[in-house]
Amino acid sequence: MTTTEHNAVAPLLEVTDVRKHFPIGRRPLFGGPQPVLKAVDGVSLQVRPGETLGLVGETGCGKSTLARCMVRLYDLTSGTVNFNGSDISTLSRGELRPLRREMQVMFQDPYGSLNPRRRVGSIIGDPFAIHGVAEGDERKRKVQDLMELVGLNPEHYNRFPAEFSGGQRQRIGIARALALNPKLVVCDEPVSALDVSIQAQVINLLAELQERLDLTYVFISHDLSVVRHVSDRIAVMYLGKIVEIAGVDDLHDHTRHPYTQALLSAVPSADPDAVAARERIVLTGDLPSPANPPTGCRFHPRCPKAQQICVTDDPELVSRLGDDAVHQVACHFPLADGELLTASRPAIADIDPDLSFDASAAEKGTSA
Amino acid sequence: MPLLEVDDLHVSFGTPDGVVRAVRGVSFSVDRGRTLGIVGESGSGKSVATQTIVGLTRGARVSGRATLDGENLLGADPDTLRRIRGAKIGMIFQDPLSSLHPYYKVGWQIVEMIRAHERGTSKSAARQRAVDLLDAVGIPSPRTRIDNYPHEFSGGMRQRVMIAMAMALNPAVLVADEPTTALDVTVQAQVLDVMRDLQREFGTAIILITHDLGVVADMADEVVVMYGGQVMERAERRDLFYRHHHPYTEGLLNSLPTSGRRGKLTPIAGTPPSMITPPPGCPFEPRCVHAMDRCREKPPTVEIPGGGPHTSACWLPVERAQRTKAEAS
Repeated sequence: MTTTEHNAVAPLLEVTDVRKHFPIGRRPLFGGPQPVLKAVDGVSLQVRPGETLGLVGETGCGKSTLARCMVRLYDLTSGTVNFNGSDISTLSRGELRPLRREMQVMFQDPYGSLNPRRRVGSIIGDPFAIHGVAEGDERKRKVQDLMELVGLNPEHYNRFPAEFSGGQRQRIGIARALALNPKLVVCDEPVSALDVSIQAQVINLLAELQERLDLTYVFISHDLSVVRHVSDRIAVMYLGKIVEIAGVDDLHDHTRHPYTQALLSAVPSADPDAVAARERIVLTGDLPSPANPPTGCRFHPRCPKAQQICVTDDPELVSRLGDDAVHQVACHFPLADGELLTASRPAIADIDPDLSFDASAAEKGTSA
Repeated sequence: MPLLEVDDLHVSFGTPDGVVRAVRGVSFSVDRGRTLGIVGESGSGKSVATQTIVGLTRGARVSGRATLDGENLLGADPDTLRRIRGAKIGMIFQDPLSSLHPYYKVGWQIVEMIRAHERGTSKSAARQRAVDLLDAVGIPSPRTRIDNYPHEFSGGMRQRVMIAMAMALNPAVLVADEPTTALDVTVQAQVLDVMRDLQREFGTAIILITHDLGVVADMADEVVVMYGGQVMERAERRDLFYRHHHPYTEGLLNSLPTSGRRGKLTPIAGTPPSMITPPPGCPFEPRCVHAMDRCREKPPTVEIPGGGPHTSACWLPVERAQRTKAEAS
C-alpha cells in the first residue's frame, strides 16, 4: 500500500497515546506516588479496515496489554481508542455492549479458554445467547454453520472440548470469535501452542476467513516468521512503546531501528545455508523492568549505536531517512539501508555518564 | 564406535486407556563434539526416547540397547544410573524454573551437585568452580549472583544457570530437551551461543530435542526426524534440509512460513495418530499424500545415496531425494 492509498481509507481502529499502568506493591506510607508498572506507555497507531496489523515484541513488552486496551478489556490509564468512529475509552459497560459484537478476541491457549464441562455447541453459541441474537433451532443451525465454516464437523455439536485436538480447539475459539460477524478480531498468539503442521492449517484458515468475511486482524505473536507471513504492516514493541512500524517488506528490507534489526537477525530459519551466511546480532543483557524503564530511549542500555542524547531524550515515532509516512521509527540514529550493527555490545558503556551533553552531535543525529 | 549409541529402543506405558507405545524401535547415535538434533511434533516420542536413556521414565516397559562409552544404560541399577547422570550425561529441560529448587540459592544447588558426585571436593573449591561455571555461561558478576535465588534471575539467565549445572562435571553428553522453547528469540540466540561455545571448548556431544526446525538448522550436525514413535528420516543437516526423502520431512518443511513468501501455506492434512493403536505400517500413512497399499506394512529403512549417511523409512524410490536436491539448488 502506498502512502496515499494508505491514508485515503479511514481507520477502523485508532489508538492515540494510550497508556496502561498497573499498580504494583504498596503506596508509600507517607505520601508519594503509587509505584506502577508501565505496561503500555504512550502508544499511537491506526488499523485500516481489511488489513492485518502484526504486533511483535518480546515477553513483557506490552503487546498483549495493548491488544486488550484496544478492545477495552482493560480500562485505559490515559489516551483514547477510537473504534469505527466512536471513542470506546470512555463508554460505560452498557454503552460498550453493542460495540462488543464488532470486536472479538482470540486467545493463545486452546485448553484454558474453553470450559471443559460445556459442550462445544453451547460454547460457540454463547455469543448468540449473550447478545440475544438467535435462539433454539435457529441458534443451533447458526452454530453448525460456523462449525462448518472453520472446518469442524457440525455433527460434533454435542461433544466436549476434551474430545478435540489442539488445532481443532483453536478452530472452536475461532468459530466463537466469528459468531457475531465482527469487524475487528484481535488474535493473541493464536497459533503459538500448535505444532507446525497444525499451525499452518490454522494460519490458512484465518487468511481464508479474512478474505471471505472482510475481517480486520490485529495479530500478536512472538514468532516473527508467522507474523511476517500473515501481516500487511508490523509494529515492533519494546518496553511499552512502539519502536518501529512499517509495511512488512519495508520492515525487513529497510530496517531502521537497531532493536528491530537485532530481533529479525535472531529469528531462526530452517535454511542452514542462509543461517550460515547471515550476520547475527546477539544483544547483550536482558529486557529492563517496565516498572523502572530506562530514561530517554528505552533501548539505550542495550543499543550498539547509543549516544548521549539517547540517555536523555525519548525519540519520537516519525518517518526518517526519506521513508514514506507508513514507515515510522523512534530512534535518534536510525539505520541507513544496508547498514548492519557491527558491535553487539552496548555503546553506552563507552560513554562517560558525566559527559556533558554534546549538542552538536545530537543535532547531527536528528537531522540525518 | 560412537560415544552414545541407541539401538532399537522401545518404550511403552500402561495407562487407564490402554498401553501407550510411545517409542517403537528407535536407533540413533552421537559422537564426541557433535550435535544431534531430534525433531518431531508433540507426541512423536522424542522426549520419551531420551528420558528413557537416562532412566527418567520410571514404570515404563523398555526394550532395546543404549550404551555410553560401551557402558550399558538401560539395564543399569539405580546407583550406577545416578553416577552416570550428571557426571557423564548432563540434562537441561524446557522450563528452567521448575528444574531449579526455588528455596535454595543457585550457588548452593551447583555446589551440592558437584559434591554429591565428587565426594572429596571441599566446599570452597566447589564454590569456586560454581563461580567459574556461571562466568563461563555468561552470567554477569557471578561472584554475587551465586548467592541469588532462582526467582531473581530472568528466564534466559535461569537457563544459563541450568546449563552451568549440567556442565558442572564436564559430562560427555549434554541432553537438551527444548532448551530455548520458553525463551524469546534474542535470548534464545544468546543461550544457543553459550551451548555452542561450551561444546567447542569441552568437546561435549549434544543431543538437542526440539520442535523448531530453525534451531536445528542453526545447531545440529545431524538430524533425526521422529513421528509416531519412530524415526522417519536421519541425515546430515544439509542433506535433511536440501535433499530430504521422507514425505513427512517434506511436509514439515513445507508447513513453515518462509520469509518473503506470502499466500497459502501447505500444511499436512489430518492429525497425528493415537499411540495406543498406532497404524500397523508407516505411522505417517494416514496423512501422507503418497500413501500406497504397501504403506500398511512397515516400510524398510533405506539408505539414500549421495551425500552423508542418510536413511529414510519410506517405500518411495530413493531417487526422490535427488529430485528435491535439484529443486533446492
